[in-house]
Amino acid sequence: MKTALLRLAFLLSLGLAAVFAAGAASAGTLDQVKQRGYLNCGSNPGLAGFGLPDSNGNWTGLDVDFCRAIASAIFDDPNKVKFIPLTAKDRFTALQSGEVDVLAHNTTWTVSREAGQGLLFTGINYYDGQGFMIHNRLNISSALELSGASICVQQGTTSELNLADFFHSHQMQYESVAFATSDEALKAYDTGRCDAFTTDSSALYIERLKLANPSQNIILPEIISKEPFSPAVRQGDDQWFNIVKWVGFAMFDAEEAGITSKNVDEKINSDDPTARRLLGVEGDFGQSLGLTKDWAYRFIKAVGNYGESFDRNLGVDSKLGIKRGINALWTHGGIQYAPPVR
Amino acid sequence: MATLSGAFRRGNAAHSALVQIAFVLGLGFLVYEAATLALAHMREHHIPTDFGFWNERAGFDIDPHLIAYSFTSTYGRAFFVGLINTLVVSAVGVVFASLLGFAIGAARLSTNLVIAKFAGFYIEAFRNVPLLLQILFWYNGVLKALPAPRASLAFPGHIFLNDRGLFMPAPTLSPLGLSLPVFHGFNFIGGMKLSPEFVALTLSLVLYTATFIAEIVRAGIAGVPKGQGEAAAALGLNAVQARKFVIVPQALRLIVPPLTSQYLNLFKNSSLAVFIGYPDLVQVFAGTVLNQTGAAVPVITVTMAVYLFVSLLGSLAMNLFNRRIAGAVH
Repeated sequence: MKTALLRLAFLLSLGLAAVFAAGAASAGTLDQVKQRGYLNCGSNPGLAGFGLPDSNGNWTGLDVDFCRAIASAIFDDPNKVKFIPLTAKDRFTALQSGEVDVLAHNTTWTVSREAGQGLLFTGINYYDGQGFMIHNRLNISSALELSGASICVQQGTTSELNLADFFHSHQMQYESVAFATSDEALKAYDTGRCDAFTTDSSALYIERLKLANPSQNIILPEIISKEPFSPAVRQGDDQWFNIVKWVGFAMFDAEEAGITSKNVDEKINSDDPTARRLLGVEGDFGQSLGLTKDWAYRFIKAVGNYGESFDRNLGVDSKLGIKRGINALWTHGGIQYAPPVR
Repeated sequence: MATLSGAFRRGNAAHSALVQIAFVLGLGFLVYEAATLALAHMREHHIPTDFGFWNERAGFDIDPHLIAYSFTSTYGRAFFVGLINTLVVSAVGVVFASLLGFAIGAARLSTNLVIAKFAGFYIEAFRNVPLLLQILFWYNGVLKALPAPRASLAFPGHIFLNDRGLFMPAPTLSPLGLSLPVFHGFNFIGGMKLSPEFVALTLSLVLYTATFIAEIVRAGIAGVPKGQGEAAAALGLNAVQARKFVIVPQALRLIVPPLTSQYLNLFKNSSLAVFIGYPDLVQVFAGTVLNQTGAAVPVITVTMAVYLFVSLLGSLAMNLFNRRIAGAVH
């Protein structure tokens, strides 16, 4: 009897200790990442250009590069990242619960996600908008002719909400067929379950390449929404928010200053004051973020600036060949504009 | 734990009660502390902890919806749309799985060797393939191969089949009459429609669960002692009468309890709907609503509570049935 009681008391105190320990272990995200030795990055499970693993498990994409840049700034090693593929519907829970440190997942910045779901978006790394893809054989040329159509969409996305807004505001009927993953929605569209497939315009061009006969599908001209993509972090850790935000900004600033992965070693010795500040020759901006002086040098050397990442993953040097368009820097006719490092 | 149960047996009632009370209090305290901590943590990080979202506008559409619903309806309404879709698939599944299961179970015991072998083959084939694979097979392999709406297969009585579903005439209340499906624009409108998602899910649940029901039925009938049949014959009952009045009533006592758990399995398995886009409770509520609101803890709690509640209700109903019908034989 006595043993039983003792054992019970022991079990209870063990449980209590575990509960309190869990409550106390709320160290900063940067410290957790350093202690762990790698960054946990929430990525798209497979969207060419943004986040895609190859057959060897090597990830590439604009969002992937962003996580590699953060890892480089912290560890001086772009490979100290673990990419965790998340469906659109699971991504916010994964960030909220601490499963990932940063979510780089072609995610649209909205007020409900920021104010209602405990997230903070760190800065727009791609400006997009939602469109429709249809089968050629339907012989229509405008989204306004889609009344009565079946539309395949990925659930839990802004696409699903914009779709409802668009059809109802134009007083058109439609049938919504929502799938948990983009692949399932696309497959259902390809096999004829739906007349149209809707998602962000960039993804439409990317996903069209996966279809059985890409040329038998056209993308309609209407863009029905604005979709500013941004990486996101949890609320409540200002230091981590600043790090992720400024790695993003510095990628744009590096492009603006003409600093690339190829010429960064020359630029570090130049007299250009912008380059000297950004690369840590003057000032201690890196240290004020909780990183080292050469934080930006590290990731520019390893990953490159925003323009290099864009060209490699989405633009002229990729299979996708997407034009910079509004994603060009403000100095080149686009709207990408980052606060200065100074 | 062996020591604990030993103590319960050895110790007197007072000691036993004391240990149990201490355990329950301790457990309650732990749960309370954990919940308080979790809530504080969630509030600190602005993660929703309550049902404040329930009456907010959902903003997305759901097809099919058996109660009035549009994108201006609330998240709460979306919950009921998903719940009803789950209950409909489950109810239709239970009815057809029972009919098929009883038929196959009886066929398995048939003295006709061809029928018995065929029933055995069906059971082995469908019982041993994972349900999810079967759902994906029917959805992607079979139903997607149907023709496009313009080239629909037409059947007598205004019934049309295409890769968007099965379209049938439906009765209308006001005015009293019949609504016929008519091809217009992209697809048929009017009448009643069964979507490919619904058909694939129901068909898979029926074919899969029926195999287990068939085995239960066979075991139940085989479990009635052979002497009962001989005794019935000795009393002058013919084969049909013997089955109806002697064998089946006794077999039911063996069949109903495991049958209950197959019904509950079918109900729970219907949540695999999420893989083919049928808007059941899990897909709509634990999927889209969770994602749009971020209220993971309230949403998952409610979803689990629903499955628990409906399962308990199902068990209760089957137990009452067991007591009334099967338990009447002594």
